[in-house]
Amino acid sequence: MNVLEFSGVVFAVSATAGCLGSLTGLGGGVIITPVLTLLLGVDLHFAMGATLVSVIATSSGAAAAYVREGFSNVRVGMFLEIATTAGALTGAHLVSAVPVSALAIIFGTVLLYSAWQSMKAPPRDKEPRPDPLAARLKLNGVYPGRQGMIAYGVSRVKTGFGLMFGAGLLSGLLGIGSGAMKVIAMDQVMRVPFKVSTTTSNFMIGVTAAASAGVYLRRGYINAGLAMPVMLGVLCGSLAGARMLMGARVLVLRRLFALVIGALAVEMIYSSLTGGFR
Amino acid sequence: MTDQKLEQIVGNLLRTGVTAAAAVVLAGGAWYVTTAGAGIADYRRFRPETAGLHSVFALPGPQMVILLGLLLLIITPVARVAFALVAFALERDWAYVGITLAVLAVLLYSIGVG
Repeated sequence: MNVLEFSGVVFAVSATAGCLGSLTGLGGGVIITPVLTLLLGVDLHFAMGATLVSVIATSSGAAAAYVREGFSNVRVGMFLEIATTAGALTGAHLVSAVPVSALAIIFGTVLLYSAWQSMKAPPRDKEPRPDPLAARLKLNGVYPGRQGMIAYGVSRVKTGFGLMFGAGLLSGLLGIGSGAMKVIAMDQVMRVPFKVSTTTSNFMIGVTAAASAGVYLRRGYINAGLAMPVMLGVLCGSLAGARMLMGARVLVLRRLFALVIGALAVEMIYSSLTGGFR
Repeated sequence: MTDQKLEQIVGNLLRTGVTAAAAVVLAGGAWYVTTAGAGIADYRRFRPETAGLHSVFALPGPQMVILLGLLLLIITPVARVAFALVAFALERDWAYVGITLAVLAVLLYSIGVG
C-alpha cells in the first residue's frame, strides 16, 4: 500500500473510532490500536503513539461540544484527574519494561472485564447512599435531561478515586485513554449518570493522555506520517459522535459501549494467544 | 463567575485549540502526501523518528509541521486545566485551586521531564 492509500484507510478507520469513542467515552483507542496492529501490521509502539494522538483528539473534539451543553462534570473530572495523571505517569515509565505480548493480554483482559461489567446497568432500584465526601467536594451536579436539568449525587468517592489510579496506570502502559475503566468506575461505582460518565471520561482521557505525551515523544512512538490521518479522522468522527450523543438513549449507548469493547477483547486475546503479536 | 459561564469559555477555548491544531496538521499532511504519497507505507519495524521535543525541529519539513500541529493538540487539554485553575481562583474555591494545581503540576512535569 502506498502512503496516500494507507493514509486514506487510516483516516476512515479513525473517523469511525472517533465517532464511537466520543459516544462511549472510550476515546477511540480500543479500535485504532487493534486495527493498526492486527489488520495493517503496524508496530505496536507506533500504534500506541497513534492511539495516544487519537485519544487527545477525541477528547478535545468531543469536549468542545459537550462542555457547552453542560454534560460533563468539571469538578468530578478534575478531582479524579489527580489519580489518573499520577497513574499514567507511573505506567508510561514502566512501559519499556513490559513485553509486548503481555501488554496485549492485559489489554484484552481489561476489555473483556469491562464489557461484562457494562452489559448490566447498575441497580438503580436501591437508592445509592450519597457520599458525604461528595458534598464536601461539591461533586454533585446537574445535567440536561429531556425535561430540563436533572440533579444527581456521587457515591463511593474514595473507591472511585482508587480505581482511577488503576485507569491511569493502564493508560500510560497501553497508550489508551482507558476510558472503559473510567466510565465503569463513574457509572458502576460512583453512580454518576451514564451520559455524565462518558462525557466526563472524555474530558479526563485527554488530560491523562497529554501527561504521557512527553514520554512518548522522547521514545519516538509518535510517527508523523501515521499520526496525521489518525488525528484528522478522529477529529471528524468525534465531532459527529458528540452531536449524536445529545439525543441518544442511555440503553443504546450502554449496549454500544459493551458491544465495542467485548468484540475487541475477544479479538485481542485471541491474537495474543495465537502469537499474532511479535 | 458561574460554572455554566466557565464551561462555555472552556468550550470555546477547546474549539479554538482543536481547529488550529487540525489546520496545521492538515497543512503538514497535504505537504507530506504530495512529497511522499507514492512511497510505500511501512510501519512494521519500529524506527523512532523523535527523541524528545527538540528533535521535532530536526525532522523533514512535512513531518515537522504535522508534529507541531500535534503539539498544539497535546497542549489543548493542558490549557484547559490551566484555565480551570484561573476560574476556580476567581470563584475563591481554594480546595479546587489546590486540586487543579496538583493536576497541572503533574502534567507539566511529565511533558517537560518525561
